[in-house]
Amino acid sequence: MELFADTWQYLIDPDSWTGAGGLVARLLEQLLLTATALVAAMLLGLPLALWLGHLGKGGFLAVNISNVGRAVPTFALLALLVAADWPGSEDFGPYGRAGLATLIALVLFALPPLITNGYVAMREVPSDVQEAADGMGMSPMQRFRRVELPLALPVIASGVRLALVQVWATATIAALVAGPGLGRIITEGFARNDYAQGMAGAVVVASVALVLELAAAAVQRAVDPMPRAPSPDRDEDLSVPSTTVAEAPTGS
Amino acid sequence: MTILGAADSGPSCYSRFVNEWFCWQYVEDRHEQITDALVEHVLITLAALVLGIAIALPLALLARRLPRLESAVLGFSTGVYTVPSLALLPLLVPFTGLSAATVVIGLGLYALTILVRALLDGLRSVPDDVREAARGLGYGSARMLTRIEMPLALPVVMAGLRVAAVSTIALTTVGTLVAYGGLGDLIAHGVARDFRAELMTAAVLCVVLAVVLDVVLVLLQRVLTPWTAGAR
Repeated sequence: MELFADTWQYLIDPDSWTGAGGLVARLLEQLLLTATALVAAMLLGLPLALWLGHLGKGGFLAVNISNVGRAVPTFALLALLVAADWPGSEDFGPYGRAGLATLIALVLFALPPLITNGYVAMREVPSDVQEAADGMGMSPMQRFRRVELPLALPVIASGVRLALVQVWATATIAALVAGPGLGRIITEGFARNDYAQGMAGAVVVASVALVLELAAAAVQRAVDPMPRAPSPDRDEDLSVPSTTVAEAPTGS
Repeated sequence: MTILGAADSGPSCYSRFVNEWFCWQYVEDRHEQITDALVEHVLITLAALVLGIAIALPLALLARRLPRLESAVLGFSTGVYTVPSLALLPLLVPFTGLSAATVVIGLGLYALTILVRALLDGLRSVPDDVREAARGLGYGSARMLTRIEMPLALPVVMAGLRVAAVSTIALTTVGTLVAYGGLGDLIAHGVARDFRAELMTAAVLCVVLAVVLDVVLVLLQRVLTPWTAGAR
């Protein structure tokens, strides 16, 4: 097919990578957005989720926030933020046009998997282990830091991994409201009927997504204090039916 | 006369100068356009879900039979789910062009990733002694699947279907890239023209649609699995 050949031509042409609005600039912009939003969401969401899980309160919030996040289309939220008086579509430092609106949307959509998994992770620390920790004379803080947190880490990490996938997908969709990021290569291609450019952008977005996912999976395996060799997705047999809590894209 | 009358009451709430977020006048004036988008949205979502189920069922049964295939199927579905929707649709365009089929197939693939997992989890949740009892009663594997295993797997499968349905409703909006986004087309137009009433109406309808579909599926599950009513 001719389109595949044209896409390849676009990808090997150095001009499509360099310059303002080229692939490299857009890629860096999106990586910066993703990293900023993920760190911000972790700082906001994880302490809350871990604290609630430690106390065993607020389960209703922790489980339902995922459902709400899934029902609100990312595109609709981005559109509302951009059309509003604030944050609007102004340039925002290195984050490009509509940078602030995009960042807010990214953080909001990263929170549900972080909070749900963080809460579930803490709740699933076996109660006899917690009792044993109490029996050994650990203070609640010691119990949290030295017993609950290490045991909860794999499920927390799986939440971070889901949030990363979600943030990357949402950052791509920001292009639909003429926002920053690699998605612009795709939407500009489609707007100009240059489908080779659209395809090329999609190939880059998808490849980077897969690389990020593999890296996140490696990190998740590395933080597991009790790796069980044959089963790569340990978090899933541990938790509530995986499809209801952990997995599944929110409206990405 | 009518023009004078309209001038008396000032510009309508969705005119450029007022541009209110919520404007019933807009809904009344453009109800045909809104209904069309809503119907397109529902049809694309339902088609994607049906496609997802139609592929997920044989795939899950095959994966259960061949454990080596199971990790391949789960790996593939994780891979698909990792690719952002805005990137998946362009990758389908060479095969299906700028058509509703592109959106349906793309969203069907996402639904598939959730449904295969739900089906495998559901079938695994069937207790072994139930299976043995059925075998002892003379059930063959086909009758065992349809009469024993599928009904018992249904609660877990329906939980997966609800997740798939709600996220498919939300994802359909991205179909606006190939001009088949249902309510997403209204959102895109609303952003491009800074038309707040249109944008807000479409966004609210998306969420309402997701809630309605979720409720319908919960009711469907109650009807299909009457024995779970007391337990919940």
